[in-house]
Amino acid sequence: MCLAVPGRVMDIEERDGTRMATVDFGGVVKEVCLEYLPDLQVGEYAIVHVGFALQRLDEESAKQTLELFANLGMLQEEFGDPWELAAEASGSPRPDSSETTQEARQ
Amino acid sequence: MKYIDEFQDPDLARRLLDDIHSIVTRPWALMEVCGGQTHTIIRHGIDQLLPEQVELIHGPGCPVCVTPLEVIDKALEIASRPEVIFCSFGDMLRVPGTGRDLFQVRSAGGDVRVVYSPLDALRIAQENPGREVVFFGIGFETTAPPNAMTVYQARKLNIPNFSLLVSHVRVPPAIEAIMESPSCRVQAFLAAGHVCSVMGLGEYPELAERYRVPIVVTGFEPLDILEGVRRTVRQLERGEHTVDNAYQRAVRPEGNPAAQAMLEDVFEVTDRAWRGIGVIPRSGWRLSPRYRQYDAEYRFSVTGIDTREPAECRSGEVLQGLLKPHECEAFGTTCTPRNPLGATMVSSEGACAAYYLYRRLDLTTPSLEASTVV
Repeated sequence: MCLAVPGRVMDIEERDGTRMATVDFGGVVKEVCLEYLPDLQVGEYAIVHVGFALQRLDEESAKQTLELFANLGMLQEEFGDPWELAAEASGSPRPDSSETTQEARQ
Repeated sequence: MKYIDEFQDPDLARRLLDDIHSIVTRPWALMEVCGGQTHTIIRHGIDQLLPEQVELIHGPGCPVCVTPLEVIDKALEIASRPEVIFCSFGDMLRVPGTGRDLFQVRSAGGDVRVVYSPLDALRIAQENPGREVVFFGIGFETTAPPNAMTVYQARKLNIPNFSLLVSHVRVPPAIEAIMESPSCRVQAFLAAGHVCSVMGLGEYPELAERYRVPIVVTGFEPLDILEGVRRTVRQLERGEHTVDNAYQRAVRPEGNPAAQAMLEDVFEVTDRAWRGIGVIPRSGWRLSPRYRQYDAEYRFSVTGIDTREPAECRSGEVLQGLLKPHECEAFGTTCTPRNPLGATMVSSEGACAAYYLYRRLDLTTPSLEASTVV
C-alpha cells in the first residue's frame, strides 16, 4: 500500500473542479488526482500513490545518480590496489608480500 | 519501465556493493524503516550480498501491520452493518481481527469493496445516497494526503453519507520510540523515501542530532537501497550523523507543501496505539474538529469491542526489529499467509510475509542439515 510507483502523465483535464490526469504505469493506465502537483505537465513522470501524484520525478537527478554509480568502480580501478585488482581478475590469491609502492598508488 | 529498470541494473549493483565492502571495517546495525524497502531487500537478497558486518534490521513501516487490533475490530463491526458499504485498500482484507477478517465479513454478506483510491470510495458514496459509505483510512504520511483530500472533497461537494475510519501514523515519532527503547540496537536509519517526498527532510535533523544517528533518505529499487546503505555506512565509519538524501529524484528538501497544508487543515496530531508496540505519543493523525462529522468513529458508536491477540504471535518484536521473522516458532508452521496469526504475515509490506514469500525454503535448509547430522 505504501508502494508508490512512478508513472507518466498522458493527458490532463479538470473534472468537477478537480485536476485529474490519465497516467501510464508501464502499460497499466489509471486516473490520478493532480491537486498536490497542479503544475505537472503531460509527458512528465511523478510518484503516484493510491491515485494521487505526490512528487515530480526529476530526470536530471536520476541521470546524475546513475552516473555516480557507474563511476564508482572507475575510481577503484584508478586509485585502488593493483595487486588486489589483479588477484581478483585472475581468481587466484594475492601473492605473498606483494605491496604497492607509493609511486604506483599515485 | 523508466525510473525502475535502470535502478535494478546488476552491473551498477556490483559497483555499489564493492564500494560498501571496501569502506566497512566494523559491525553496524541499520534499520530500514519502510516495509516496502524490507520487501526489496529480501526479494533481491540484498542483505545476503552485503558485507557480514552490515546488519539490516527491519522496521515498523508497514501501515497494515501497525493498525491496532481495536481499530480492525471496529472496522469489522461497522462493515457488518447492513446500511454500510465498507471500502478499503486490498491489503486490509485478510488482516486478522479478533476471530475474523474483512474477507470473512464479505463472505457472511457484508458489503465490503476494494478500491484503488479513496476518491473511488467518494464516488461510490455519490452513487449510493441511501447507503453509508465508510473508507478505512490507514497508512503513513504517504496515504494521509490522499485521504485528507477525499474528506476535504466530501465536505466541499456536500456528500453527507461518506465517512473515514482513521488510523493514520507518522514516521518520526516511531523513530523516537525505537531509539528510546532500552533494547535498541539501531545505529542508523534508512528513512522511507516516499514519506519524505511528501513531508520533506525538516523533521529529521533534530532526531539525527539527539540520537547521534545517521538518517539517509532511501528509495525502493535495489540500487536505491544499496546507495542508502553505502551512504549510511560511510557516515558511520567516519563517526558522522547527518541527514542525507539518497533519493533525490523523488525527494525535495521541502517535500510537497500543498499536501502538507492539506494535512494541517484536515487532521490533527494525536497519540496512537501501534499494533504489537503500544501507544506512541503524538504518533498519529485524527480528523480535526472541523471535519469530525466525517469521522466514522463518531458517526457509528461502536461498543463492546473485546480484542484478543493470539499469544504465540510475536509480530510486535518483529516490528520493533528485536526478532527476525523466522526466529518466531509459529513462522511457516502455525502462521502462514493462508492462516496468518499476525498482520506482518499478511501484508505486501509485512516482514514475515517477505521472509515467507522469498526465503522460507532457504530458512528450512539449515534445520534439515542439522537433523541429517544427528
